[in-house]
Amino acid sequence: MANRIVVDPITRIEGHLRIEVEVKDGIITDAYSSSPMVRGLENVVKGRDPKDVWAFVQRACGVCTTVHALASVRAVEDSLGIEVPPNAEMVRNIMEGALYMHDHTVHFYHLHALDWVDVVNALKADPVETSRIAQSISNWPKSSPGYFSDIKKRITKFVESGQLGIFANGYWGHPQMKLPAEVNLLAVAHYLEALEWQKEIVKVHTIFGGKNPHPNYLVGGMACAINTESPGGLNAERLAYVGRLLEEGKQFIEQVYIPDLLAIASFYKDWGAIGKGFGNYMAYGDFPTNGYGDISSFKFQQGVILDRDLSKVYDVDHRNDDIAEFVNNSWYDDYAEGRDQGKHPWDGETNIKYSGPKPPYDQLDVSQKYSFIKTPRWKGKPMEVGPLARLLVGYARGNKEIQEAVNGALSHLDVPVDALFSTLGRTAARGIETQLVANWTMEFYDTLLQNIKNGDTRMANAAKRDPALWESESKGVGFTEAPRGALAHWIKIKDAKTENYQLVVPSTWNASPRDPLGQRSAYESTLLGTPVADPELPLEIIRTIHSFDPCIACAVHLYDEHGKHLSQVQNVSSCEI
Amino acid sequence: MATEKSVKETYYESIIKQGYSRRDFMKFATYIAAYMGLETSMIGQVAKSLENTFRIPVIWEHYQECTCCSESFIRSDHPIVSDIILDKISLDYTLTLMAASGYQAEAAKHATMEKYKGDYILCVEGSVPLGDDGNYCCIAGRSAKELLLEAAEGAKAIIAWGSCASNGCVQAAYPNPTDATPIHKIIKNKPIIRVPGCPPIGEVMAGIIVHLITFDRLPELDGLGRPKAFYSKRVHDSCYRRPYYDAGLFAETFDDQNAKDGYCLYKVGCRGPMTYNSCGTIKWNNGVSYPIQSGHGCIGCSEENFWDNGPFYERLTGLAGFGIESSADTIGKVAAGVVTGGLAVHAVAANISKRKELRSRTTRAKQNEKKLDS
Repeated sequence: MANRIVVDPITRIEGHLRIEVEVKDGIITDAYSSSPMVRGLENVVKGRDPKDVWAFVQRACGVCTTVHALASVRAVEDSLGIEVPPNAEMVRNIMEGALYMHDHTVHFYHLHALDWVDVVNALKADPVETSRIAQSISNWPKSSPGYFSDIKKRITKFVESGQLGIFANGYWGHPQMKLPAEVNLLAVAHYLEALEWQKEIVKVHTIFGGKNPHPNYLVGGMACAINTESPGGLNAERLAYVGRLLEEGKQFIEQVYIPDLLAIASFYKDWGAIGKGFGNYMAYGDFPTNGYGDISSFKFQQGVILDRDLSKVYDVDHRNDDIAEFVNNSWYDDYAEGRDQGKHPWDGETNIKYSGPKPPYDQLDVSQKYSFIKTPRWKGKPMEVGPLARLLVGYARGNKEIQEAVNGALSHLDVPVDALFSTLGRTAARGIETQLVANWTMEFYDTLLQNIKNGDTRMANAAKRDPALWESESKGVGFTEAPRGALAHWIKIKDAKTENYQLVVPSTWNASPRDPLGQRSAYESTLLGTPVADPELPLEIIRTIHSFDPCIACAVHLYDEHGKHLSQVQNVSSCEI
Repeated sequence: MATEKSVKETYYESIIKQGYSRRDFMKFATYIAAYMGLETSMIGQVAKSLENTFRIPVIWEHYQECTCCSESFIRSDHPIVSDIILDKISLDYTLTLMAASGYQAEAAKHATMEKYKGDYILCVEGSVPLGDDGNYCCIAGRSAKELLLEAAEGAKAIIAWGSCASNGCVQAAYPNPTDATPIHKIIKNKPIIRVPGCPPIGEVMAGIIVHLITFDRLPELDGLGRPKAFYSKRVHDSCYRRPYYDAGLFAETFDDQNAKDGYCLYKVGCRGPMTYNSCGTIKWNNGVSYPIQSGHGCIGCSEENFWDNGPFYERLTGLAGFGIESSADTIGKVAAGVVTGGLAVHAVAANISKRKELRSRTTRAKQNEKKLDS
């Protein structure tokens, strides 16, 4: 029967995104990625004081809540030639490290796990066996049969209440759910523990930045002045608090997140061959240890890998025309130079012009412009960015620490290197790098303490806060590795005001529509070839899309080869299972 | 599907089902009462209300937003969010956390809107773009405005989370490219609890939910629709650096010796004097710190138009109507809330103690202000 199904929106992501997919014989043959929401932040910051812009653009995302502020202050500092004190660099690194620890763990448990974990099936688990499994993979103390028995009891009562809340209508009992009941129970227990844990690690942001989400940043350094002899500044108590939070965060990652990731992944090794994509990867590099200007000191290295060839890594340059954004398929006015021309972000434009279907609508016309996301390219090529890209670039550049971590995970799971280029690889890479970043963050913390011990208490370089000291015109770029991938902001400053401002974010790279050559971006590319067991419950699509940790909520449309509408989807309520 | 019986399950039943005793339940009620700042004589009332209430369904919409409000909500320490979503409410729709996607997600929302018509709470995160006929934010192929009006129709109470839903926030800053609009300008016939902040404090968000389900009525609101419990004081009035302000001791720039000594941040742009919020009292992330304590001035994120009241690092002198010692009475004209849909707005006398001390402080502060401006 020729049908079409609408699955709209995909949840457990940030923002709004829509993907339309064609299916033939149970296999995805084409895909279109679209974001149907726009705010126009790039236009809002025009004319503003460059020192203020970090706060505006920070609101691009409240999940990865520090990264846009960091990219922005770096862009302004780069533009004005401001170097930040070493303590500020370390505090920024520690905050970013804490974000990785928070964001990746929350992604695994709260945004991704329910694609692999069957909550309702956990009710069938034997808590004694769950306890045995838990103790065989980790030293985490909450692992007694009584503990898991209590969790099971709590979930059972919850389900029996008939009010299933966030678990209503999930994909429970789907044939692609492969975990034993006991592992499902383990994962559900840790879902709840992680929900409680995540509010702790972010306190690192609160101490340095005053709040989370959206801690405060500062052009020239950080605002949290150091004073070991005063209640008014960062003193021994505040610093010890950070130390404890980082230590406990690291423990949770090592004893809960990583063992769970490996345990769950071992049941889904077939996903090491699904979601491959085009095989180009890009990282900007991050975590400077000797200043933003010295990229050789970065913990994550920069580079581009083409066609999965790890024998060659190309350098990224943000300042020449290697990076360009296109709007040929995006709801903006075409550039004066022509619809198929790209623009370097310093000269980028954001002239919103919607030309899609009028709501309410069932489907997009993908032969026309079909998204609010622009299409960035590196030397004309689409790039995948994110944890996998970072690890591959480090791996290919011979970074021993990264090679050991990656090889260790591969041998634990007993899968080949090729399995990295996949949905499973993306999800595993996120965990592997979380562990690396947790270790590095402790190093940054030790460096900060050592600096202070050595008598350096500088936290901000206020020398150039007065615009009278600025050139009349300047431009800069601030790049970082957000948890979701390579992120950069480009600014032009004129007469002490923001003349132009452009953000090219990780999901712009991954989720964009086709470029003028018809090349697909990462989401569209990685969905090709994915099997869909039950088109009415397209769990497989969500798995691959979630493996990117999108910053944009999705709506997924499925077409069969005739583009016809599938019959109404059954409302599968988990309390009937 | 939920049965009629299960719909009526109360907190008391839910807690007893979980293996807790009546005694545990009373401890919980006591805790809630203490949390709400109530007299011990009211514990009985709290317990009674918990015994007789089923888990209220919540529909949480996401429009033009950055999800910082959802993130802040899950940061709540008391109650913790797993207890809220498992035991206190039934969070039936939220794009951020729910397992179901697509059709299944929308179906869950519609099931709740039908089954619990008049009984569910609608939470809105994000502004609604009215520009270009609503084309700037669509979910499931439908415009945010259409979705909002539909969900508001059967809601018992509506909460505008954060500055986006309350005031439009960053996308509504000049030139407001998409005509981003706060929800009270779209929904006119229902009371809306406005909870501004970018984001609001997690414990404030949880506290408002707890208030609604515990007392089955709106918290007392000020003239701007904000709960007085959390928005009746200026950050400046509860700031631990206030004595430095009164003494005329200010950080002149970031990281100078005065900043290191924790002096007042007014001269580097702090908006504490014109910002109504709980940052100085409840603080952030279970009381760990707040922006001023961590050395950065308040940017006024819970105030209307705060994005256009910049630059952030310049002391506000010329802003009309905001003399530094303007009182809550002149800035936030307090009016009675609206009574509809079974929700009673109750009145609590404001605690205006130490009037005399405040007056003398004000006099000193005004003198300081004059010195600054001269």
